Parts: sequence; C-alpha cells; structure tokens
Amino acid sequence: MNNIKKNTISKMFVLNVLLIFAMLILVVLPFIGIKNIPINAIIQPPFDSVDFDIYWNIRVPRVCISFLAGSGLALSGMVFQAMFRNPIATPFTLGIASGASLGTAIYVQSGFIFWILGISGISIFAFLGAILSIFLVYGLSIIKKGFSTTTMLLAGVAISFFFSSLILFIQYISDFTQSFHIIRWLMGRLDILGFEPVFNMAPFVITGSIIIFYLSHELNLMTSGEDIAISRGVDTGKIKKILFFATSLMVGGVVAICGPIGFVGMISPHICRLLIGTDHRYLAPVTFLFGGIFLTLCDTVARTLIAPTEIPVGIITALLGGPFFIWLLLGKNSIDRKSTSSSNTP
Amino acid sequence: MKEIVIKIKDFSFSIGKNNIINDISFNVNKGEYLSIVGPNGAGKSTLLKYMMRIFTGGKGTIKIAEKPLHDYKQRELSKLISYVPQANGQNVPFNVYEFVMMGRYPYLSPFQSAGKEDKYMVQKALKLTNTAKLAERLMNTLSGGERQKVFIAAALAQESKILLLDEPTTFLDPKHKDDIHALLKHINTSTGITIISITHDINSAAMTSTRVIALKDGSIVFNGLPDDFMDNDTLYKIYEKKFLFVKHPETGKSIAVTE
Repeated sequence: MNNIKKNTISKMFVLNVLLIFAMLILVVLPFIGIKNIPINAIIQPPFDSVDFDIYWNIRVPRVCISFLAGSGLALSGMVFQAMFRNPIATPFTLGIASGASLGTAIYVQSGFIFWILGISGISIFAFLGAILSIFLVYGLSIIKKGFSTTTMLLAGVAISFFFSSLILFIQYISDFTQSFHIIRWLMGRLDILGFEPVFNMAPFVITGSIIIFYLSHELNLMTSGEDIAISRGVDTGKIKKILFFATSLMVGGVVAICGPIGFVGMISPHICRLLIGTDHRYLAPVTFLFGGIFLTLCDTVARTLIAPTEIPVGIITALLGGPFFIWLLLGKNSIDRKSTSSSNTP
Repeated sequence: MKEIVIKIKDFSFSIGKNNIINDISFNVNKGEYLSIVGPNGAGKSTLLKYMMRIFTGGKGTIKIAEKPLHDYKQRELSKLISYVPQANGQNVPFNVYEFVMMGRYPYLSPFQSAGKEDKYMVQKALKLTNTAKLAERLMNTLSGGERQKVFIAAALAQESKILLLDEPTTFLDPKHKDDIHALLKHINTSTGITIISITHDINSAAMTSTRVIALKDGSIVFNGLPDDFMDNDTLYKIYEKKFLFVKHPETGKSIAVTE
C-alpha cells in the first residue's frame, strides 16, 4: 500500500516539475532568438525599445502559440491512443489533421473572410474539416460492423492521402501568394505577430483540454477495453462523441493557425506514459504540459539553429518523430509493457 | 415467491440476416447460480452482452429489477449488474489495485478520487477473491487464473447484485478452474449475489449451479435443475453427441464423459 502512495507522489512530482518548467520556459525562451534580448529591456523603463517590442509582440506570442499547439496536439494524440487502444492512433494517422488542413486550405483559397462570435472563420473551417474526417473514418466503422482499429487506421491514412491531394489541387489552382501561404503553412508555422492568433487558438485548446481532463476516469476504463468500460457504467457511445468533439476542436484550432505539425501528438503521450503510467488523471495534465514544452523547445531550435534563417518547426518535429516512430514499431512490445504503469515490475 | 431480478420475454436478436437469438423467455431469481451452456455459436455470449448493454437493439423485452433495460442509464445499470468478459489477453495497462478501483466508477464523480468507502470496498473485494497480495502487480504480468480472479474482484468492487461471467474458466488449468468455481460458489452463498455464468464445462455447471439453461441455435432447449440436465437425451439434444455417465466416487453425483 505504501508503494501505491509513493507512486502517486512521484506522479505529482513529475506533474509539478513540468508545471514549473513550463512556466520557466514561457518566461525565458522569448529572450532567446536571432537576437538575444537583454533582461534590462524588459524590466527597466522606458518600455519603448525595439527589444521590448520584439519580446512582447513577437517572441511571447510565439512561445504561447507553440505551447498551446503542442499541448492540444499531444492531448489529442493521447485521447486517440486511449480510445482505440492503439499506439499509433493520432490526429494524423486517423486523417483528422488532414481534414482540418483541407478546411483551412478551402478557406484560404475562397478568399472570403468572416468571423463568428469573435472566432476566425479559418478556425471554424478547420474544425469542420476535422469533424468531416471523423465522420468518414468513424462512420465507416459504424456502418460496417466488426471494423477493426487497424482497418480504421488504414482508412484514416487513405483519407489523409485523398485530402492531401485535394489540398495540392487547391494550391495548384491558387494564385502565387495564396499558394505560397498554403505551402509555408503546411510545413507547420509558428511565426505569428501579436496576440491575436493566440486569442484565436486558446479557446479551442482550452475548451478541449477541460473536457478531456473531465473525462479522465472514462479514458482509464476505455484503455482497459470497451466491454470493461461499458460494464463499469461508461456510456461509451456518448463519451466517444464528446471526445471526438473535443479533439476536433483542438486539432481544428491548432491546424488553422499553425498547420499540421506532425509527431508531437504521437511522441508526447508515449513519453509521458513511460514517465508516469497510464492513469489519465495524471497522464492528461502531464501530456498537456509535456506537449507544450516539447513543441516550444522544438520551435526554439527551429528559429536559432541556422539563424537568421528559420526552419519550419514541422521539419524539426518530423526529424525527431520519424526515428521515434520506427523505434516504436521495432520495440512495440516493450513499449506496451513499459507504458503500463510506473510501479515496480516484478 | 422468489424475487425476480431479470425477466426476459420474447427476446430476439439478429445481426444482418443472421438470427443470433430466437424468441427466448426466462426469468432469473434473486440469489440464483445460473449456468448457461450450449455449443459454440448458440448465442450465449450475445445474450450476456445484451444484458450488460454492450450490444443494443433486438426485439422483445428485458427487465432488470422490474425496469426495462433500455430505460436505464449505463451508470445506473452498472450498480445492478457487473460483467466479467471472456479472457482475451487484452492489454490492461494498470496495476491490480488501480484496476479493481475502477470498479468504483459508478460511484465516483469526475475529478473525484477514491474515498474511504471506495477503498474499503476494494479491500473487501481483494480479500474475498484472495488477490490482496497481488495489489501492486501489473495486470499484464498475472497468470490466467490470477487475472480472472482480479477481474472478478473488480466486478465485486462495483457492488452490483448480479454478476455475469462469460466463460470464466476457459484456458485455465484444473486447479485454477476449481479455484474459480469454488470462489463463485462462495460469493453466491455468502453474499447472495446472483450469478449467471456461461460455461462449456457441463460437469461443473451441474455441480455448482442451482439451475442450468441450455441454448442451441439461439433457442432455449433446456431450462431446469442440474440433476435433470445430466441426462443422455437432454445432452444429445444440445450437443448432438452421446455421453456416458459415471458416479463421482465421493459425492455420488453423475459425471458426463464423451463416448
């Protein structure tokens, strides 16, 4: 029994360390970049230097948006892995990120701009694109009973290719400016100006996250198997719909602004599971923080590695993620075993 | 008059054009130990999953504690019925204590962690199933028999009045088979929990249960006392195979062996 208590403490410890680290990087990383900013420019008046401006209008929003995007994508990945009990289920492998990308590309190409309740049309289109993908992929599994997760992932990959072709088509018929905008955005971009994009994305990611934190008991049970979850009293049909809604919100909100940044959603939950186990009451907040920290660090590398040239962050995450993915495939069994719980394996 | 906990009337269920269950009716009384037997594909598992609402649809009525099944919220239903699925070796990434604690789900609200009563019920379930010593082991490291006991413990932690089990002893060695049967019998007699268990082991069904129902091609072909079930004609009707009967040297009860 002591051991169980100790386990909980170490989970809380990891959570607290990540929380402190997250706060630290949100403050510190904006100082680092092509031009390092002296601390005095921020804490000593007069606050009208170029450095002050760079810090508050470029760097801080950028760090915020990286953090939110990382958190949202990581948490979505965690939910899909739990729901489908499959280590490679992510917003990308299930075609949901492509759906969101297609929605965004259609919005950009259409050239008409609108807002609903202060939310940009681009995010709404991305959200609708994400929902469309889920309908297609999951709808198939409902129509055709006995549809396995593997088949669903394959359907996701197929839909992903299909949507990517549509995006390429849209890009091909676009004019040069739109075309460049779409290409650059498809690589994953975090170079934003001012806080507006942050305010645009935050409601999506935060709403989605709260829903997911709220359903941590249900996620635990669904990880143990759908039959088990139902017999313990989880209305899995309803919970799945809510989770699809929450993840579509997050993926849509993130992809609309940052583009489809790959691998964060797959790597982060796996590493967090190795750290603290599968109990989603801890895993969800830890994954949220880890995803945010991970993408923010990747972005810092992206903008400083070959400065003054900035590498699109999607390239960095994919460079790290590709090998990780292969490692996952090769060592799948050991991942399954280790990713169980942090407690002592006999 | 015995209290009826489950009432099934004219119930049919089909997937596509295949009729899985054909127009069956039966009642289950409180405190019964009911074994459901029958050849593979007879619709036993489907029936059990339907009672737990893992499957939905179908025609006819099923009432649990006098209330139609479809009127229940799942959480409410799970306080009355719990279910131990067929062993399928599925990855359960938790330790035993955590897994059994999840049986308390219907009693916990979101963000709430286990209270005194939850911990007490989990300890009680671990003790009753003799799995307290496994509490810190990972589910994936347990043997088949241990795992099955922990699944039963988790279902007990749920504090339901009815326990459904889908082939609880399949894949187990003779000792663990006996262990599980003895455990279920003990749960049934000491706590009064109604047990409905699917089994292919006709001898233990006859020995442990208070009633046997046999399904074949989705219909009930036998519904009665275990002693009446151990009969050549009955068994032939169910399995289309001749059995021989010998007397158990100690209990004197009939044991069926295939020819």
